[in-house]
This record gives sequence, C-alpha cells and structure tokens, in this order.
Amino acid sequence: MSQAPARLREQEPSAGRHTLSVLVENKPGVLVRVAGLFSRRGFNIESLAVGPTEHQEISRMTIVVNCAEHPLEQVTKQLNKLINVIKIVELEPSVAVQRELLLVKIRADAETRSRVLETVALFRAKVVDVAQDAVTVEATGNRDKLDALIRVLEPFGIKELVQSGMVALGRGSKSITDRAALRPVDRGAAGPAQ
Amino acid sequence: MTDQTTTTVGPRTGLAGPARPGQTPSPRDLAARAPGRDASSRAQPRRPDPEPAPAQPAEITGAQALVAALERLGVDVVFGIPGGAILPAYDPLFDSATVRHILVRHEQGAGHAAAGYAQVTGRTGVCIATSGPGATNLVTPLADAYMDSVPMVAITGQVPTNLIGTDGFQEADIAGITLPVTKHNFLVTRADDIARTVAEAFHLASTGRPGPVLVDIAKDALQAKTQFRWPVHFDLPGYHPVTRPHSRQVREAARMMMDAARPVLYVGGGVIKAGACGELLALAELTGMPVVTTLMARGAFPSSHAQNLGMPGMHGKVAAVGALQKADLLVALGARFDDRVTGRLDSFAPEAAVVHADIDPAEISKNRHAEVPIVGDCREVITELIAAVGAEQEAGRKADLAAWWVQLDTWRATYPLGYDQPDDGSLAPQYVIERIGKLAGPDAVYVAGVGQHQMWAAQFIEHERPRHWLNSGGLGTMGYAVPAAMGAKVGAPDAAVWAIDGDGCFQMTNQELATCALEGIPIKVAVINNGNLGMVRQWQTLFYNERYSHTDLDRAAEGTSAGTRIPDFVKLAEAYGCVGLRCDKAADVDSVIQQAAEIQDRPVVIDFIVHRDAMVWPMVAAGTSNDDIKVARDMAPDWDVTE
Repeated sequence: MSQAPARLREQEPSAGRHTLSVLVENKPGVLVRVAGLFSRRGFNIESLAVGPTEHQEISRMTIVVNCAEHPLEQVTKQLNKLINVIKIVELEPSVAVQRELLLVKIRADAETRSRVLETVALFRAKVVDVAQDAVTVEATGNRDKLDALIRVLEPFGIKELVQSGMVALGRGSKSITDRAALRPVDRGAAGPAQ
Repeated sequence: MTDQTTTTVGPRTGLAGPARPGQTPSPRDLAARAPGRDASSRAQPRRPDPEPAPAQPAEITGAQALVAALERLGVDVVFGIPGGAILPAYDPLFDSATVRHILVRHEQGAGHAAAGYAQVTGRTGVCIATSGPGATNLVTPLADAYMDSVPMVAITGQVPTNLIGTDGFQEADIAGITLPVTKHNFLVTRADDIARTVAEAFHLASTGRPGPVLVDIAKDALQAKTQFRWPVHFDLPGYHPVTRPHSRQVREAARMMMDAARPVLYVGGGVIKAGACGELLALAELTGMPVVTTLMARGAFPSSHAQNLGMPGMHGKVAAVGALQKADLLVALGARFDDRVTGRLDSFAPEAAVVHADIDPAEISKNRHAEVPIVGDCREVITELIAAVGAEQEAGRKADLAAWWVQLDTWRATYPLGYDQPDDGSLAPQYVIERIGKLAGPDAVYVAGVGQHQMWAAQFIEHERPRHWLNSGGLGTMGYAVPAAMGAKVGAPDAAVWAIDGDGCFQMTNQELATCALEGIPIKVAVINNGNLGMVRQWQTLFYNERYSHTDLDRAAEGTSAGTRIPDFVKLAEAYGCVGLRCDKAADVDSVIQQAAEIQDRPVVIDFIVHRDAMVWPMVAAGTSNDDIKVARDMAPDWDVTE
C-alpha cells in the first residue's frame, strides 16, 4: 500500500497524519472495498486495523492516512460513498487514546538477558515467551513509545518484529457507536421502484 | 421483519400477455407496453397490480423470485444472453408476461442497450449475463455507465457456491472485477436474499447519483427453494443520499449571482438526470445568465435558445470556452469539472468564484475548489435557487449583464462553428451530420459513438430536448452507438433513433444489427466512414508529424488509391437483415436520409463515404490551457476582438 501517488506528493508540505474511525457493515468484502478505494483514488494507507464492535452487525476500521486537509476531505467523501460504510469520524490525537501492539523477538543469551529484561520493564512491556537465546516481548502504546522501545532494543539484535495497525477511541464519555449517534437505519420498503 | 406483507408469486403463465416466446412484438406493441414518457420530468413508477395475499407464501425457486422481483419492480425489458450459471433464471423468464427479454449477440451489447434504454426513459436499464466470460463482457458497459452515472442493474449468474473460489468452469470473480466500476455490487448465495437484493440494487441504481449496480447470483441460490415476500425491507444502513440543499448555501449562491458581472451557468448531465431542465430554463431566463451545456448535457437547455453559448471543453465553441475562462462566477449544476472541460486545471476560469451544486458530495471541490458547495438533487437546488434569486430581485438587486453579453455576442459572431467543404468534391462529414440533424429534427434521438463523429454530432445537431442525445462521455467507449441506439429505440419506440457512428466504432459492436432486425427494432445507423480511426488520425496529423501509425482501416491495395471497402457496410447491413444504403456525394445526402427515414420495418445502415482529412475544430490540445484554444490549425481566437 505504498505507491506514492502524485496527488499526495504535491501536497507534501502540509501533509499530516490523520486517524479515521470508520464504522462499516460487518459483511464479506467490505475490507477490500475500503482498501481498493484508497489505492484506486491514489491515497496512501499508513496503517489499518479492523475488528468487531459492541454491535454484532458493525465492524470498526481504524485507518491512519498521511495526507493534507484537501485530500483528506476527498478520501472521506469517497469513503462515505461506499454503500457499506456507515459512519466516519476523524479522531484528533489530542482528544483520543491511540494504541498499537508490538511483538518483538530479541536476541538474549545468558549474558544479555538481564539487560534486555531491565529495558523491557522500563517500558512497562511484557515478556511473553522465553527461549535459550531469545525473548519475545509484547508492548502496547502509541507510536512514539513503541518507536522508542524498538530503538533501545535494537542494539541487542532484533530477530523478528510484528506490529498491529493503530486502534483509537475518543476520550470522554461520548461514543461514536451510540445508537443515537449512528444515522438512522434505513427501513424504507421497496415498493415498485424507479 | 414482522410487518412485511406477504404475497405469493408463482411463475406467471403469461397466457394473456402480449409477448409469448417466439413472437416478435412490433414497435407498436412495445409502445403500448412502454411507460408514459415525459422527457422533461422523471418517469413515474409503474405500480404493479395488487395481488391477493394468501396466508402461506408458496415455495418457489430463487430464479422465480428473481423474475417475480423484476416484475414487481416494473421492469418491462431486459437485454441478455443465457449460459450455464444463469440458466435457472431463464426458465421462469420464458414465462414472464411483463418482462420482455431481448436476446443480444454479445453481452457488451446488452450492457450498452440497457444504458441507452435508461438514458432515453430515465428508468433503470437491465442486462443479464452468465458467469465468467458472460459477466466479464459486461465490464465495459458497466464502466461506461459508471462514468456517465447511468442507472443500470446487471444480473449475472455465478458458479454454484461450492465451486466459488475453486477456479470452476466459467468462474470469474465478477464482483471483485467490477468493484471499481459499479456504484455497488452484490454476491448472492442464498435464495432467500434474491428478491431483497434485487430491490436494493434498483434502489441504489436509481437514487442519489445514479449508477450501475451488479447482482451476481450463485447458480445453487437460483435453484434453491424460497418463500417470496414483497415488498422487501432494505438493509442499507450506510446509504442516505442527500437531495435537499442547504438553504443558507442556496441564498449565498443567489447573492453571488446578483453581484457577478460575468456569471455563467455551467450545466452538466446531472440536470438531465434530475429532470430539472424546466427549472433550468426558468432560472436562466430569470437571471439572464449565459448557459454552457457540456457533452453530457446537450439538450438540457435548448441549443436554439439565445442564452445558450453551446458546448464548452476540448472541442467546445469559442464563446462557451471563452465565457468560462473570463467569467467571474461559475454556477456549476450537475457537472464535474472533467478534464475535457477544464483543460489545464490551474489555468481554468482563473477569475471565477465557483458555486457547485451536485448530488454527489465527493464531486464538489474534487477538481476545482467551490466557494459555495451545495449538495442536493439538481431539481431541488434549482427550484430553491429560483426562489432565492426572486427574493434578491424583489429586494432590488439585479445583476447587470449587458456588458458581458456584448462581449459574449462578439465572440459568438466572430467565431461561429464552421467547417470547410473538401475541394476534391468528396463529402464533408460535418455536412452529413448537420443534414441528419436538420431532417430528423429535434424529435429524433441521436446516439453517437466516440471520436470525431461524436464531436460533430454534439456540435452540429441542434439539441433541443433532454434525453434525445446519448453518447459515451466519460469512458469514451467506441462501439457504444449501435447497441445504445437499440436500447433507446426499445425505450422510445415512437421516436426515430439515429445512431451516428464512425467506421471504427461500428465494427466493434455491429453484431447487434441482427438483434435489431429480428426483434423489430428499426434503428437508423449513419456510418460516417472516413476509412480511418479519425480522431486518432487527427492527433497524428497535429502532434505526430502526420505519421499515421495504424489508423487506416481501409488501406488501399498496393498500387491503387481506392480503399478496399473491407468490410462492405452495405453488404454487411443486408447480411444482417437491414437495408444498406451508400452515399458519397453531397447532392445525394438529403435524399438518402429521407429514404432511410421512410423505412419503418427494418433497421437501416447508411454508409456515408466522407473525406478522411476533416478535423474537429475548435480544439484545446490535451493538457493545455483553455486560453490556448485553436479555432482551426494554428489559428487562435483574439479574445479582445470588438465589434
């Protein structure tokens, strides 16, 4: 998902990272509709996470895009046109909790293990697997924290690393999936159409 | 789901129906079956007869449910070809009293025919194909309808559910393939979902910004038993097109229209889709503003109207292009600032503020920033604009456009459309098209292919009414004309339908002449035969040093200058059961057109042999500014010209 589209490159000076929470119908093929729209319209997805919500029929995608205001407005409008997309909210970082999950396998023999564990503790990360010459660490946090953790672990030797897309929720008591906040579900009946 | 009314629909026997299989309905029969047409307003829904509702819905097959849904939706004609996966649907279709199936020769023909039907009637066109190659042959017409926002439903058979994903015989992931070229699509694997999905597809296709919707139905779903329930309840929680404009935005637009010194109404195809042509006329006359109508909007505003400056864009009229470039206000109505209209975007209408009204919010500020965005159905928008402008005028505010009109009239008088007669006595293609327009008149429906002949038909025919000009605008699909004309004639059986086609385009889809001949669809086809891919040749002349690489379709045999005339279109027409005529002299043009007009029982093909070096002017070369429009080769207009 990293073709750098011309449209975005032109906008580079004012480009910024935006987090979109997209509520979609929980139906087969919806992910490919969303992903396809991004690539087709020349927008770049930085990260994408999908999962169920408290409503069985609704899934929630958290999409991070790196683009300027104008393209962001375009991509939001285009997303809204997808029939399976129910609602889109941009979550400002200042008023949202943003988290990513990191699993990283680090070289750690008898000699270095204690220093690795010390570092892991500093970041309030967790060791989830230990082997003769390696430990696997789980950490959650925002991007900056995880980047910092990776930086200090790097000298020990990173054998393997996997990161989830970002998930985010707005702060406070409001919910974007409140029944009331969702647009009314169309219950219009089909008479003779056209 | 508890409040649904329940009705039984068994396969209708069709005993009383006019169309038993094997009988060819005459155009008159079709006319009787066609819904009432009012070109300026949207077609009204046909109410199916109410049926008694028994306590228990009978079990029918998914295929029967499909046909019953089409009947309930008021579908009177579908274009298609059967095949393995869709076969179950064709069995009940055989019995339908109200749905006429027209057997085409290629699925692309079915798709364009459905589009032509939709464009003429304002109703949703329907095409049917089988899985795999049948479905992939629909891709081009779907993409075409998507670009031009044509309401269309395509129904395709799919391999049985247990074979999906196994590379089964004639399997293609048509939902995946058509994702980018449909408004929406569905894969149906349960018989219970068929009726609801088909109803949803029609709802999506015909509301909001119209567009094509594909319903792919697995063969086992067509064969399985289900209970038919009607009406159905939509399950479309994410679909809420906005039709009602924001009144503050409308008032702001009206205020700007009163303040502008050089305003232009930039009218696109959305005005026709919204059935807003009457309202547009009222708004234009109320404000006195000049009007430009894009390729998709020819006929939205009468060509003969004094305020119509003509078509803008790459091959637009100088006055229309100049009006946009020098305007201080553009009021864009159902238009999308296509690159063929704007030329180089950063130099398009540099002094203009933009009011942009469209039913699709994503079109607004997509290409050009709109100072006043208005999301809404064009008919509602224009109706409210009329009221808002009226209020402004009552308050004593009225734009003075006298100086603007002096300027526009000067351009119009100095740079009218025109063409040269070839000096070798051969036929000018523009003359042929102009004469067809004159002789067939504004009641006829004109359907163009893509290329030079399309531009000349847009320029030289006086387009007076909406839904009388059909062409492939956005996608530029060569081969559109013959099948689209076929669909148009089915939708408007009383109108003369003229396909204006090129010899290149004609060879892409002329197999549908067989369909026309056998199904009683007497279209007229004027092949503007210059023996070349004319528009490409024009670009080779202008931009590739006259190196005519592979554009000659009628290459002269070694040592001769005459074309080969392969294929011979007159013989071809006759082979297809049509009347074939040929004309290569200006003196014969009128009489051959008259002769074709008098033939009502069969399709007619006229092979007009025209000069191959004729070019479409004016022209804004691709990627350049509208300011650099040329009225002829190396001839730029003088914008500062005064009377």
